[in-house]
Amino acid sequence: MSHPVWEVFRKEKRGAAFEHAGSVVAPDADFAEAWAREQYGRRGESVALWLVPRDAIRDVEDWADEFDLKYRRVDGYSIKARLKEARERAGTAGPG
Amino acid sequence: MAAVEIPRDEQAFLEYVQAGGQVEVTDWMPDDYRAKLIKFIEMHGNSELMGVLPEREWILRAPTLQRKLALTAKVQDEVGHAQLIYRVVEDLGKPREQCLADLVDGKAKFHNVFHYPTKTWGDVGVIAWLVDAAAIISQKALLKCSYAPYARIMKKICWEESFHILHGRDVILAMVTGTPEQFELVQEALDRWWGPLMQFHGNPIPKDEDPMYLWRIKSQGNEEARQQFLEGYVPQIRELGLTVPDPKLRRRDDGVWEYTEPDWAELRHVVTGHGPKTEERLAFRRGFLEREQWVRDTVLAA
Amino acid sequence: MNEQALLGLADDELVLGWRDSEWTGIAPMLEEDVAFSSIAQNEIGHARAVYELLVGPNGDADALAFDRVTEEYRCAPLVELHLLEWAHTIARRWLYEIADQIRLTALKDDSDATVAGLAAKIDREEAYHRMHAEMWHDRLRDEPRFKAAVEELWPYALGVLPAELRGELVSRVGIAEVEAVERGTHTDELAPLWEEMTEVRRSAPAGAQW
Repeated sequence: MSHPVWEVFRKEKRGAAFEHAGSVVAPDADFAEAWAREQYGRRGESVALWLVPRDAIRDVEDWADEFDLKYRRVDGYSIKARLKEARERAGTAGPG
Repeated sequence: MAAVEIPRDEQAFLEYVQAGGQVEVTDWMPDDYRAKLIKFIEMHGNSELMGVLPEREWILRAPTLQRKLALTAKVQDEVGHAQLIYRVVEDLGKPREQCLADLVDGKAKFHNVFHYPTKTWGDVGVIAWLVDAAAIISQKALLKCSYAPYARIMKKICWEESFHILHGRDVILAMVTGTPEQFELVQEALDRWWGPLMQFHGNPIPKDEDPMYLWRIKSQGNEEARQQFLEGYVPQIRELGLTVPDPKLRRRDDGVWEYTEPDWAELRHVVTGHGPKTEERLAFRRGFLEREQWVRDTVLAA
Repeated sequence: MNEQALLGLADDELVLGWRDSEWTGIAPMLEEDVAFSSIAQNEIGHARAVYELLVGPNGDADALAFDRVTEEYRCAPLVELHLLEWAHTIARRWLYEIADQIRLTALKDDSDATVAGLAAKIDREEAYHRMHAEMWHDRLRDEPRFKAAVEELWPYALGVLPAELRGELVSRVGIAEVEAVERGTHTDELAPLWEEMTEVRRSAPAGAQW
């Protein structure tokens, strides 16, 4: 890519997180701002923008997945069967 | 949980996208997929940019301040869409300068409707209402494109197009409730644009023979799009007292619209660069591209 | 309310907005095309607001904007020039925004509160125009084409302002004052612009809806 690409992040409204919106090709931050303002804000669709040179972004896309890590995730737990048994023992199981 | 690994095998990739899999710019993709994607998306960008030229003349002639503002904003959006689209193509590997050079050299295509002249303010209404309506049907289907960066920009594009159609319909409504001459301007424009509109979605290729559908770049067949257009818009046209210039046009009991077979030879002829206004518009664009090269050289130089 | 001065402001913004909107679709970069079009729309919006002020709540701003003969327009010659070339376009934008800010600053002190309020609103929106113009001026200031364009347009820029405000323009732009091309007469370019601008409107009887 011969020309600098600026990634644009926009905040749709107060309280929302910044979301990636797109990119503009611009020589510096001033041009990037002038152009991103219009491309991502001329309809009042953004309350704030972050402009970041693409080169400044560090891409992270891989994780090790070798061992069973379910013990530390919600999908590692299935309590239905035991809960039913406990209720039956306590006599608190409802109809159906 | 492992990140989804795109299989580096054309058949497996095909199954992946057909199962709804999404592809990002850094993923492996078959050469054919990448090539077809670039060509398709580039044609879209070219179309947005070329669509500006017929409408631009009418910005200058808009009969009220309101219409001038609305038309300028609409055309501005088309340019904005071109910017979004060419960025996607650039990230896929084809620089914008190359796309624009291919466009003005006649080596790349753009949609049939933008090769035709605009003759009156009636055309302005018909284009903003019906041409944009035909385009938005295709664009909504592209929201499901397997190539995620393109699907994402379609969201912004569809959101912006929503006012275009309303604006177009408003222009038409003002004229059909105005003087008899104004009504006639609309009818006459419709008579000229109906043919290109019917050709717009392309000749009917069965979905399973259309590589664009197989790769899930398009999620809708050409005929499906055309039927949606007719179903949505013929009633809206007729309720204004306008006549659709196709005596064979009718809706069957099973909901399918029948119509006079569009002139596919004309479509082929036009999109390969032989439309009534093709040369003139490309020359116009080429002129500005050349004259303003110094600006890009000065500003975008490192 | 100085109606002639306000009409001059409105006509300047209408004609310059018209000229600037000609770049829609053909600006040097797509990103700039989008941004520049917003500026053109803002200018037309300013013109509309001033016309509406002048015609009052039951008046027809479109009629005032479009239905006069060319001699009745009060725009400065600067905005009439057909400058479909980027160095000249930016030179005009840059000079005009500085002159306009000087004019608006004076109007913000107008004894009529409505005029003062409208001038303040316009000025706030034009802050972005000024940023844009300065940004381009910074990039192009050493470019011979741009310097030549600024010099060529300088007498016209002076003509945007009444004589008593020109000193401020001179000190901000940094070029010695020369004889201004005065407001009050029109260039040859206004008539063809008006013909094209009103072509559709004149094709129907007065009062037709669009």
